[in-house]
Amino acid sequence: MARKILRINMGALSFAYEEVPGKWAKWGGRGLTSVIVADEVDPTCHPLGPNNKLVIAPGWVSGAPAAPSSGRTSFGGKSPLTGGIKESNSGGISAQKIAKLGLAAIIIEGVPEKGKWYTLAITKDGVSFDSADDILGKGMYEVDEILWKKFSNEPAVIGIGQAGEKKLSNAGISVNDPENKPGRYAGRGGLGAVMGARGIKAIVVDDTDGPGVEVANMDLFKTGRKKLTDAIMSHDLTKPGGGLNLYGTNVLMNIINEAGGLPTRNFSAGQFEGASLISGEMVAEMVEKRGGGMTGHGCHAGCIIKCSNIYPDEKGDALVSCVEYETAWALGANCGIDDLDYVAQMTYQCNDLGLDSIEAGNTIAIAMEGGALEFGDKVGALGLFDEIRKMSPLGRILGQGVEATAKAYGVHRVPTVKGQSMPAYEPRAIKGIGVTYATTPMGADHTAGYTIAPEIAGVSGKVDPLTDEGKAALSLTFQAATAFIDSTGYCLFIAFPILDIETGFAGMVESVAGVMGLEADGIDAIEMGKEILKVERNFNKQAGFTSADDRLPEFMRYEKLPPHDVVWTMPDEDLDEVFAWMD
Amino acid sequence: MKVEVRVFATLRRYLPELGIGEARVMDVPDSTTLDEIRVILELPAEEVKVIMVNHLQADPEDLAADGDRITYIPAVAGG
Repeated sequence: MARKILRINMGALSFAYEEVPGKWAKWGGRGLTSVIVADEVDPTCHPLGPNNKLVIAPGWVSGAPAAPSSGRTSFGGKSPLTGGIKESNSGGISAQKIAKLGLAAIIIEGVPEKGKWYTLAITKDGVSFDSADDILGKGMYEVDEILWKKFSNEPAVIGIGQAGEKKLSNAGISVNDPENKPGRYAGRGGLGAVMGARGIKAIVVDDTDGPGVEVANMDLFKTGRKKLTDAIMSHDLTKPGGGLNLYGTNVLMNIINEAGGLPTRNFSAGQFEGASLISGEMVAEMVEKRGGGMTGHGCHAGCIIKCSNIYPDEKGDALVSCVEYETAWALGANCGIDDLDYVAQMTYQCNDLGLDSIEAGNTIAIAMEGGALEFGDKVGALGLFDEIRKMSPLGRILGQGVEATAKAYGVHRVPTVKGQSMPAYEPRAIKGIGVTYATTPMGADHTAGYTIAPEIAGVSGKVDPLTDEGKAALSLTFQAATAFIDSTGYCLFIAFPILDIETGFAGMVESVAGVMGLEADGIDAIEMGKEILKVERNFNKQAGFTSADDRLPEFMRYEKLPPHDVVWTMPDEDLDEVFAWMD
Repeated sequence: MKVEVRVFATLRRYLPELGIGEARVMDVPDSTTLDEIRVILELPAEEVKVIMVNHLQADPEDLAADGDRITYIPAVAGG
């Protein structure tokens, strides 16, 4: 059975299944959410108004038999944080279930009567619209628990915390993990507020007796799956007992610190003296010492990398999943906080309230810079989440993210691009990632074009992080490859084994071709990635973005970053070169 | 000459006496390469993906200098 589009209208409280139109047929995941948003959403609309939409799509291979590490769900819409197109994807258990219901995408449009909130339940029989009164005002830990009691078959729960209900620009969308905890987030860009603006508190997805994922060429799919699986299982980073499996993404804390590229105390230094105390190695040590947690945790069934963790509290009880590199950096180093227990508690708050932890940590750092707290004040930092929970005026400002908070506190060191704050790599010390931050249609985003692979990690060659030369081309290649991988449904972390192991790359392409019924040599990953980027960039252009929006903040051009004592030196012309091929 | 050496992540198992981020200070002869220091420390070549000296990437055949901060790094990446 060919995949369908499920269109849900929140004004009429109705739904309909549609054939996938030819123009969208070749896309999945990010490619599909972005083309749908570009086709159906007016780029000039208000992100919280009636004309925005929320689009959800599993990747091409999500839900296909034993496709390894392929649980990504793509969420798309116009971002309240950036004012541009937004694609944010998440792990968790939703992608496979949506795919197994035979759905290529879910398009949610319209707004219900003011004050009405709904829980949507999607099954093979359609969509039910239940009142969300029983979960309104609650955090995601409680929401997940209530909905697993209310609905059978341990469904996926896609939900928003209080931040999304109040339509704060830093609201993310939560997806539950196999233990039914929140913590897998389509965090960036405020899509939780877009969901809230549609009057939806949660979407429950139960794939019981669904048609499953149609695989057009099973032999080709299986051939590709084996090659890819072998690559993942043999690469030092992704294999069992490898860096990601033992230490998670936070394996990077000490390394990026060593490279002098760890943004510290609101991007005022490139090294943090407390880095080792909040590192992945320390997480592993705590798990071993305290019990009650785990490393090597998978965020969805079928993940063979298992980079997640469950962090235990002092008593040895599970506290939160997951302390990621980005989270530990944002709420740790960037706030001058070197206490992992506080980082974990703040991560819990982000998961519960429904906040993107990168933007949240950066926002606290801005508040510290503005004098609300001292850098390193962990008790005060944790207390700021109470303000958001209370929805006090201060909490609402903090919930709007870095730029709003910087204005409120008169701070000029504002590490944002297109309104979205930078993640855990200092662009002055790692120039290629700066090009990605500046030029990706998403606003500052490391995943959009992860040049860290060659610039720091020695993957796909060795490149000097401090030089400007060649970085525009490098960033474009990574941005295009990423747009493609984000469309597959595979976790982005397959990028490392497939970049290092040729057969892994071929296997990835073959598995996609097998599902889609294409010839493997008919798939040009980079060209398809560029096509997606073009769609996204054009949306932004129509929304009013110009080359002036493809720039890093001014302070990075004159404030020297220790220990390398470097500034951002990339010529504007080089940045404009990244997407010159579109003109 | 004296150099200080750090190892991270999966390479820590070869220098288990070091706490996270702690350095071993080593006395090595002049003209010792980074790869020779790796051999002294019994770090398997195939597990060392990147070497950094004073926060910059270096090559195995580069010579160490007095006071260098040397770091051996396995395959790492994240998000």
